[in-house]
Amino acid sequence: MDALASAFGLVFQPYVLLVILLSALYGLFVGAIPGLTATMATALLVPVTFFMAPVPAVAAIVTATAMAIFSGDIPSALLRMPGTPASAAYTDEAYLLTKSGRAELALGAGLVFSVLGGIFGVLVLIVAAPALAEVALKFSSFEYFWLVMLGFTCAIFIAGTDLLKGMVSLLLGLLISVVGLENPAGAPRYTFGNAELTGGIALIPLMIGMFAVSEVLRYSVQVIKPVMVTEARFGNVFAGMWGLLKKYPVQLFRGSALGTLVGALPGAGADIAAWMSYAVSKRFSKEPEKFGTGHVEGIVEAGAANNAALGGAWIPALVFGIPGDSITAIAIGVLYLKGMNPGPTLFVNNPQNIYAVFIVFILAQLLMLPLGWMAIRVARQILRIPASVLMPLILLFCVVGSFAINNSLFGVVVMLVAGVAGFYMERWGFPVAPTILGVVLGTMLEENFFSSLIKADGNFLVFFERPIAGALGVATLLIWLWPVVRGLRRRHTARPTIA
Amino acid sequence: MNQTDRRVGLGLAVLALAVLWSARGFPNVPGQKLGAAFLPMLVGACLLLAALALMLRKPRGETGTDRAQGSEHFGSSAVVIASVAAYIVASDWLGFLLLAPLCLFATFLAQRVRALPALWWSLGGTLLVHVAFYKLLRVPLPWGLITPFY
Repeated sequence: MDALASAFGLVFQPYVLLVILLSALYGLFVGAIPGLTATMATALLVPVTFFMAPVPAVAAIVTATAMAIFSGDIPSALLRMPGTPASAAYTDEAYLLTKSGRAELALGAGLVFSVLGGIFGVLVLIVAAPALAEVALKFSSFEYFWLVMLGFTCAIFIAGTDLLKGMVSLLLGLLISVVGLENPAGAPRYTFGNAELTGGIALIPLMIGMFAVSEVLRYSVQVIKPVMVTEARFGNVFAGMWGLLKKYPVQLFRGSALGTLVGALPGAGADIAAWMSYAVSKRFSKEPEKFGTGHVEGIVEAGAANNAALGGAWIPALVFGIPGDSITAIAIGVLYLKGMNPGPTLFVNNPQNIYAVFIVFILAQLLMLPLGWMAIRVARQILRIPASVLMPLILLFCVVGSFAINNSLFGVVVMLVAGVAGFYMERWGFPVAPTILGVVLGTMLEENFFSSLIKADGNFLVFFERPIAGALGVATLLIWLWPVVRGLRRRHTARPTIA
Repeated sequence: MNQTDRRVGLGLAVLALAVLWSARGFPNVPGQKLGAAFLPMLVGACLLLAALALMLRKPRGETGTDRAQGSEHFGSSAVVIASVAAYIVASDWLGFLLLAPLCLFATFLAQRVRALPALWWSLGGTLLVHVAFYKLLRVPLPWGLITPFY
């Protein structure tokens, strides 16, 4: 109870509340500009959070991402251009509603069901994270080893359609993570005599490069730049929302639950949650024929899912230090920078900080209603700012932000190389998220694998002896074996039967 | 995409071989049979297998954004990269306040912003970043040539 009271004390300070408000406005702005993603918003925010206390730093990230995911719906509905990839699943649906003169319905459903989905995700986070942390306190290196392996497996199998490219992406991330002195033997690896490399490749400049600079490069190569002006007019966005709530409670619950679950799986974030929820919504709808004609049902379900995924993604991030998506991968970097090392002990040693994060989550969702409404009202002005003006300014922020992490130009070098690499990776169909997961979890994998090997003393069955480790190990192996089994089954069924 | 996959696969195979070759010299943990070489060796071996699979597999559909080649130009992205490279090389010498507007101006022009607005945005953007990072966040941005006047 004391911890909860001090958590309220940590959050309800003028400085923290101001940070939350400014981050909310920043998130709404970035999310509303097509081409600027929520991940990019988070990456750009990190250099600023570097100078804050732990609670406002995390509050800034939580608030900005929640707002950015919602405000991606605004250009979706008004311009048929998703502000963030998380809105892409139902962009056509929202735009068709706007074209038929019901923009307020598309925008209102996006806002209200984002808030409700977000609150659902947060409630699951609040209930599940401490309970999981209790269990995680008993984990040994075997469980952590299999958890990391399961995380990698999910990232490869869920994040993209091409397993091989997902695997290559993960291996590249692991390769980056081996640079430096942090290894069981304490030997310098791939440092080439460079003192900057002995500490490893800095995570934050790497992520700023991969998520923000690559986006600037992607925009730069486009000859036809998007024209971002809309003349759509709309009324009260809250009108009719109660009716939608009464009509689609199952869709709201299903979208929120699926979003939270998908968010909690490493490598899968809000965008995948939205696509899956939209597909589920259509599959189980009583009016599937209306999908794709400007039907609000898919927006209700997928809109709830993408915001619920945010809370879900924080569950493995806080309890195990395993990011649920790219945004929490960045957030984990911030937690380490702030001495709030994620893991079950965080719940024991610093419960007030964890409760403060939960309070910020709820505040951010509640703030979304008035600020989201405001953002919709001024959307036309936001969308008038040309991206050709924003992109060079973002690039300068990236440069200075990467420099600011260690006050070293080496960070800018890492950012530039990562930016070019991220640009080409996406271009050639390699997902970026597994690379980031590999970088974040590489050291954890090596440490836990080594400890486990020493304990096992050559007997690999020990990796499966403890019940949770065994279950995680079997689950991981089953996922890996599934494509092989499926291939064999297909071959078997395709073989002509001899009468 | 398949030609690209083969070329990327070849590059990755070379990288994997380099990793495997260089990892041989890493020391073991005292008293153990494994050490610093284990993870790089494992990653190198897996990467080599994945690279070979990428080169040899059957043609697949388009999975990346490697499309619409005709409606793209790389000139402006080259300017973006060059402006960051110029910042890395010359910021200590020229200083943030002199170099950042030049880099910004070049990048704005590459994005087809007209010269006069580009000039104003470059100056305004530089001042905004300077105030935010140098004044408020105390990031030691270099002064370079104008150090004597500071």
